[in-house]
Amino acid sequence: MAAFLSEYTWTWLAYIIAAMIHVGLIINLVAVAALVFIWLERKISGRIQDRLGPTRVGGKFGWLQTLADGLKLITKEDLCPDGADRFLFKIAPYVSFCAAIGAFIAIPFAGGAYPWIAQHLNTGVFFVLAVLGLEVFGVILAGYSSASKWSLFGAMREAAQVVSYEVPLGMCVVVPVMIAGSLDMVVIGDQQAGWFTNWLVFHDPFTFITAFVYFTCAMASVNRAPFDLAEAESELVAGFHTEYSGLRWSFFFMAEYGSMFSVSILASVLFFGGWNGPVPITDLLGLSGAEVGTLSWAVAQALGLANVLLKGLLGVCLMIWVRWTLPRLRIDQVMTTCLKYCTPIAAAMFLGATLWQYNFPGRAFFNLIPMSDAVLEVSEGWEVESNDPDEEEEQIARGPEETGGLL
Amino acid sequence: MDSIYWPSFFFWLFSGVACTFALGVLLSKNIVRMAFYLVISLASTSGLFFLAGADFVGAMQLMIYVGGTLVLLIFGVMLTSQDRFVEMRTSSGEWVIAFFIGLMLFFTLGRAAFGVAAWKGLDRETAEAVEVERTVTPLAMGLLGARVDQLDEPDAAKREGMSGYLFHFEIVSVHLLVVLIGAAYLARAKRKTGSVAANA
Repeated sequence: MAAFLSEYTWTWLAYIIAAMIHVGLIINLVAVAALVFIWLERKISGRIQDRLGPTRVGGKFGWLQTLADGLKLITKEDLCPDGADRFLFKIAPYVSFCAAIGAFIAIPFAGGAYPWIAQHLNTGVFFVLAVLGLEVFGVILAGYSSASKWSLFGAMREAAQVVSYEVPLGMCVVVPVMIAGSLDMVVIGDQQAGWFTNWLVFHDPFTFITAFVYFTCAMASVNRAPFDLAEAESELVAGFHTEYSGLRWSFFFMAEYGSMFSVSILASVLFFGGWNGPVPITDLLGLSGAEVGTLSWAVAQALGLANVLLKGLLGVCLMIWVRWTLPRLRIDQVMTTCLKYCTPIAAAMFLGATLWQYNFPGRAFFNLIPMSDAVLEVSEGWEVESNDPDEEEEQIARGPEETGGLL
Repeated sequence: MDSIYWPSFFFWLFSGVACTFALGVLLSKNIVRMAFYLVISLASTSGLFFLAGADFVGAMQLMIYVGGTLVLLIFGVMLTSQDRFVEMRTSSGEWVIAFFIGLMLFFTLGRAAFGVAAWKGLDRETAEAVEVERTVTPLAMGLLGARVDQLDEPDAAKREGMSGYLFHFEIVSVHLLVVLIGAAYLARAKRKTGSVAANA
C-alpha cells in the first residue's frame, strides 16, 4: 500500500498514511467488535437465564447499552490503591490491550494473491500465538501491583493456566500447519478454497477432533468461563482486576473480547475455511480467478471479509453460550483437563493426521472425494505424488522457489 | 524529509528502547519491575529481527524469550514475597567486578562487530535495492538437513559440507532432554525408603 500511495505523495508520508490506515482499521475493528460482543453477551446470557437482558437503551433491544456502559466507565474515578506499585499498576491494562490488538496485525481477512492483511508475515500463525501469549503479562502485572491478595491469587492462577494451555494449543495449531505445509495464514486459508468439503476440519477424522480440542484450549487461554479462574467472583472478589475501576478496567475487558475474537478468527482460518464460505459463491458467480477486473475482485474479497468476520462472530457466540451454560471448573480440574486430556489427545491427533496425510494425500472430506485441480493449483507446495523418493530428490535439487514450502 | 531512511529510523528506535530498558533492568531494585523491563527490552530485540526480515526468528524471540520471562516473573513474585527480598541491593564489590567483565565483553563484541568485512553496513542505494527474502523455508530446510540457499554453490566439494543444521539441532534437543530429566530429578520430592515402601 505504501508503494501505491507513494505515487501520489511523498514517500515518507505514504509510509505514515499506510501505517495509520492499517492501525486505524484494526483498532476500530477490535473496539467495535468489543461493543457488539458485550451487548451480545448481555443479551444471550439474559435469554439463557430466561430474562430479557437490556431492553431500553437506544430504543429497541438495548443496542446502545454498551455505549452507556462506556460513558459510565469514563466518568468513574481512576483509583490507585495506596500500597500499589503505581507505575506497574497504571501500565498493566495497556500491556494486555496492546497484546490483544497486536495479534490482529498478522491475521488475514481475505486471501488470494493480494490478501487483506496488515502485515503479511511468512510465519503468521506463529506470530499470532506468540503475541496472544503476551496478554497474560498485563494480568500478572495487574495482580502483583495491586497489593491485594485477591488480585495476586487471580494472577497466579491465570499464569499457571496460560502457561499450561499453551502446550496443547500449540500442538493443535501444528496439525493444520502440517497439512497445509506452511506457517503462512494466507496459504493455509487459500488451500481450503471451494466447497466446505475442503475445509481442514473435514480433512480427516483427526483434524475434526483437533478443531474441538483447539477451541477448548483457546477458550482456556483467553481466560473465558468455564476456565475463568483468574476472576472467579465467588472466591476471589474479581480476581486480578479487583482494584481497577473506570477506563483501565474497561481496557482489560476490551483485551479479553479482542483476544476472544482473534482466537475465533484463527480457528476459522486454520480449520473452517477462513474467507472461503461453505459454498464457493465467488467461483459460481465468476468473481474469482486471474482474469477478473478490479471491481469483481473487490467484491470477492469483501465476501471473504464477511466470511471471516461472521465465522469469528460465531466462534465468540459459541464461547458466550458455553460460558453461561457450564459451571466454573476448580483449579485442579482445569489442570487435569489440560495435562491429562487436551495434551495427550492433541499429541495423538497430530500423529494420526501426519500418518493420514502421508498415506492418503490429495483427497478431502474424510478421504471420500479427490481434491479438485483448482485447489491443488492454489495449494502451493502440496505434493500429491510425494511417495516417490527420486522425485523428492529432484525437488530438493530444484530449490524452494519451485516446490513451495513443503517437500 | 525524504532523506529519512525508515529502516535506519526503526533500527535506532528499537535498539534505543532495548538498550534503555536493559539499563533499567540493571539499575532497578524491584525484581518484578526488572522482569517487566526485561520483557520490553527483549520485545524490542524481536522488533529488530522483524525489521531485518527474519520473521521466524522474531516470532521465536517473542515466544521463547519474552514468554520465558513470564515464568521468571512468576518465580520472582512467588519466591520474593517476603519483604527482605523484594528490594535487591548490589554491593559495590559486585559492581566493580561486573563493570570490568562487561567492559571486556563489550570490547570483544565491538571488535568482532566492526572487524568482519562482511558485517559492514551497506550504503543506502545498495540497501534499498536489496529484496528482503522470506526466511522461514530455507531455515526449516536447513534444520531438516538441506541448505537450499547454498544449492548454487559451484564447487561440489563445498556443497557436500553444507548439509544443514540437523546434527546441531539433534544435539541441542538431546541436551534439552538431559536438562529436563535433571530438573525433574532435582525437583523430585525426596522420600525416605520406609515411606516409599509404605506408599507402594
